[in-house]
Amino acid sequence: MTEQSPSFFSRIGLAFVVFFRTLFDAGFAASLRPLLSGAATVEEPETPAPVAPVLLETNPASALQLLGLLQQEGRLVDFLEEEVAQYTDAEIGAAVRVVHEGCRKALHEHLTLQPIRQETEGSRITLEPGFDAAAVRPTGNLVGEPPFTGTLAHRGWRAVEVRLPKLAQGHDVQVIAPAEVEL
Amino acid sequence: MSEPRYSIGVDLGTTHCALSYVDLHASEGEVVKLELCPIPQLTAPGSVEERPLLPSFLYLPHPDELAPGDLILPWIQEQPWAVGYLARDKGAQTPIRLVSSAKSWLCHAGVDRRAAILPAETAEEVERISPYAASVRYLEHLRQAWNHMHPDTPLEQQELTITIPASFDPAARELTAEAAQAAGFTHATLLEEPQAAFYSWIQTSGGQWREQVRVGDVILVVDVGGGTTDLSLIAVVENDGALELHRVAVGEHILLGGDNMDLTLAHAVAQKLAAQGTKLDPWQIRALTHGCRAAKEALLSDPELDSVPVVVPGRSSRLIGGTVRSELTRDEVTSIALEGFFPVVQAGERPKVRARTGLTQLGLPYAQDAAITRHLAAFLGRQAEATSDLEGFASSLPEGASFLHPTAVLFNGGVFKAELLSERVMQVVNGWLGAEQASPARLLEGADLDLAVARGAAYYGYVRGGQGVRIRGGTAQSYYVGVESAMPAVPGMEPPVHALCIAPFGMEEGSAADLPPQEFGLVVGEPVRFRFFGSSVRRHDEVGSLLEYWDDEEIQELEAIEATLPAEGRAPGEVVPVRLSAAVTETGTLRLEALPRGGEERWKVEFEVRK
Repeated sequence: MTEQSPSFFSRIGLAFVVFFRTLFDAGFAASLRPLLSGAATVEEPETPAPVAPVLLETNPASALQLLGLLQQEGRLVDFLEEEVAQYTDAEIGAAVRVVHEGCRKALHEHLTLQPIRQETEGSRITLEPGFDAAAVRPTGNLVGEPPFTGTLAHRGWRAVEVRLPKLAQGHDVQVIAPAEVEL
Repeated sequence: MSEPRYSIGVDLGTTHCALSYVDLHASEGEVVKLELCPIPQLTAPGSVEERPLLPSFLYLPHPDELAPGDLILPWIQEQPWAVGYLARDKGAQTPIRLVSSAKSWLCHAGVDRRAAILPAETAEEVERISPYAASVRYLEHLRQAWNHMHPDTPLEQQELTITIPASFDPAARELTAEAAQAAGFTHATLLEEPQAAFYSWIQTSGGQWREQVRVGDVILVVDVGGGTTDLSLIAVVENDGALELHRVAVGEHILLGGDNMDLTLAHAVAQKLAAQGTKLDPWQIRALTHGCRAAKEALLSDPELDSVPVVVPGRSSRLIGGTVRSELTRDEVTSIALEGFFPVVQAGERPKVRARTGLTQLGLPYAQDAAITRHLAAFLGRQAEATSDLEGFASSLPEGASFLHPTAVLFNGGVFKAELLSERVMQVVNGWLGAEQASPARLLEGADLDLAVARGAAYYGYVRGGQGVRIRGGTAQSYYVGVESAMPAVPGMEPPVHALCIAPFGMEEGSAADLPPQEFGLVVGEPVRFRFFGSSVRRHDEVGSLLEYWDDEEIQELEAIEATLPAEGRAPGEVVPVRLSAAVTETGTLRLEALPRGGEERWKVEFEVRK
């Protein structure tokens, strides 16, 4: 409650009003009972309606675009959609070179990635109170108050810049890779 | 025109173009603000991205091949062609619609450069375009890209420099200048690529270059691009206590570059696979070529590696099942790239020339000898006298030296990212020097192998504004017209031709040669052809000198020139005596004019680039 407490003189006025209304107005008197017994307030303050949680719908266009780039440069979709059981590790390894080289090139061309923590993985680091829980995730024996000290298991990645190609109006991003017909 | 804000340099390469610029307002003395301008372009249908380079490829799509909007650019809704990455990628799958190496065609004297001849091998219905028009489209794209990104400082109002191979003949220079004009580069200057590379080296050193060269140095610039090898010599002289640079010689046009090496390696690997029963399609050969380039760079930079795997994906969606694996071994890369293109040869060796058959003229005149070191030996041998006129150089070459002794070497071109190749060139050159008791040449360090030409071009525009050291050069050839000698006709024998010098060696930009005393009779209204010659070694011929005899080593025939006198004020058929005047324009092109006796008129004499 941010309302200021009433002054002594305004309280005298209030006391008289309450005295006479209680004496002559039965309904008012009845509404005072729970107040005096501490069970409720006189007027229910309007509780704000609970905020409905908002989950953002992401735009699939850029996701499909990036997938298209990874396919175009590194054949990622072909690789993931292929049944690997029938192949030897050497055969899969050869294909992985294509995927790794191409996807890495596409990744570096379109995103600037940086590790979130600069320390070497395996080293001890301390998370100060107020650390960014979205960027650093404490795990394991998570009790007590920060600062937390623990071992850096993974440095994390942050995309500090995204450079996706601009698309023509009406460009069909659902086409990850067009079918090719050699004439 | 308002004061230019930027000096823009364009590397109009055989395989890639690049754009860089110096902010003239933010540069002072040796503190130069030089940037590379990324080039927005189509990287996939309907998908536009900025990339540092613009591949010099033009694709002419079939009308039904692409969806509407697929050829969009930030500055134009649609045009019926694509340049850049998309063009290169589409062209790999449909080569009959791809124009590539337009620059090499631009200086191919065997074809009409203004005729729609590209793609060279295509179907009847594909609308071809000329090498000239292709160059216009690349430059037009670069202009639009710049103007899109710098709307307040349009390109046509900036200081502009376009690079060309040092070995470009006057006709190819003229065509490049005209293409630039047509593409909206209103007042561009031409700069030779090896010079641009050297300017970039100067700029990168931030003033330290003076510590690395000294008076008396002869610097050999070896520039091996994707498709051409370009050689130049720059001498360091002293003038009034300051260092001065003179470009004293340029090499011949050699159509031989890094792409040839990668292709040769790819074919070697393809043969290995064929022996195992795996046949690659053209699409896979291209992927293999990319793989071989990367493998070559790795093997020639890291002596620990014995082999590098090269994998080529199949084209179907079965990636693992379709991938072909092979490897490039150290032995292969050494024998093919190193011994094939940079063999250890003697200074006296010369490129092997095979007799050409008529058929080879249909394609590009690729160098017949792949050994760059032999071309280098020929260049230094031919230019043994290149510095003899420079003050302080007269005694620098020992008696009996068989070639010009360079004292330092600057490399340019992505090929030399493979360090073993630059080491090999140094080893070969120093071997030649050692054999003539000369000190070994130094390697000039710190070159930016990929982008030096574009960077140097932008820096050159800044230097032209009066800042920093400028390389003096002038024309690297003297020029002659063929004159039929007055000799009684001998049946079955052509009258011998004499060569009349009309432009001396080393004419600087913006200067004109003296008028030769000889006159020619031109028929009004009728085109008259002259045979036209150039020499990169005859440094002492003056205007008016008449050569009755020369050997093919000294003087090369260039495209013919053609003069047509307009009929205005004269009767058609009248014979008018004219003299031929030569000048070098500020742009850097050779301008030939016919001056009628006793008149003020000047008529342009054209290079006959049409056949």
